[in-house]
Amino acid sequence: MTLREIKDILNAEVLCGEHLLERKAETAFACDLISEMLALANSNTLIVTSLINPHVIHTAEIMDAVGVIFVGGKKLSEDIIKNLDHGNIPVLSTPFLMFNTCGLLFSKGIKGCIRGKRFE
Amino acid sequence: MSSDFNTNLNKPQLTLRFKIDEKDFLIAGESASKTKKALQQLGLKQEIVKNIAIIVYEAAMNIVIHAIHGEIKIIIVPDQIIVLSEDVGEGIPDIELAMKEGYSTAPQEVREMGFGAGMGLSNIKQCSDELEIKSTVGSGTTLKATICLNPIDKKQVETGAMYL
Repeated sequence: MTLREIKDILNAEVLCGEHLLERKAETAFACDLISEMLALANSNTLIVTSLINPHVIHTAEIMDAVGVIFVGGKKLSEDIIKNLDHGNIPVLSTPFLMFNTCGLLFSKGIKGCIRGKRFE
Repeated sequence: MSSDFNTNLNKPQLTLRFKIDEKDFLIAGESASKTKKALQQLGLKQEIVKNIAIIVYEAAMNIVIHAIHGEIKIIIVPDQIIVLSEDVGEGIPDIELAMKEGYSTAPQEVREMGFGAGMGLSNIKQCSDELEIKSTVGSGTTLKATICLNPIDKKQVETGAMYL
């Protein structure tokens, strides 16, 4: 599923990386802990989080994530967004809270990450 | 704290260096991003680049959270990459305990930023072919993570043949 389709499903606003919305995601990882994202999520995964800071975006970049979705309508400040806009990670904000965001994605066929898959 | 690790200094190598200061959270992410870009330019596999970037990120975060200051070196030799993290700080009293997933001494304000979940060192271990940690309480910690670039070397590290 493309990020553009995910954007529509989640009624999301694109905070940055509009040009990257044709990227595809098959799995998602919902988490508010940086180390867990690094340890457990596969590459090419969509990060769903309510942790709103620039470190999340750095983390997404390092772990080869497809993109980041902030839940609960949360957004980064304009200054931070401006610095990220040259980056490689599209960032979306959905008004849905965590459970509903994950439920909607799952019902449309997005799967969860499997622990350890990175090392198989 | 200076390192006494064997880093294969006889071989031709390329080294990236990052100075890390206490409480400079952004520098940790930037160091990892820069490492990733540099390694991508060398044409290494995506999975190896990702693992090394994770090691650098976690090691840098450990310095930012727990030490006074430190330095991370990424030493690239033809057959392996070594991430060497050296810091001046409190040191780790019980390395085995610190390696345990979920064990953390990070302060609350650090946890609120999403860090300090107690997975840093175990995460580094998972991403490395070999990991050595030496620490002196009240002085500092050095960490050496080795990542082999081909399967034959990996076997050598597992059997210890590389250091015979």
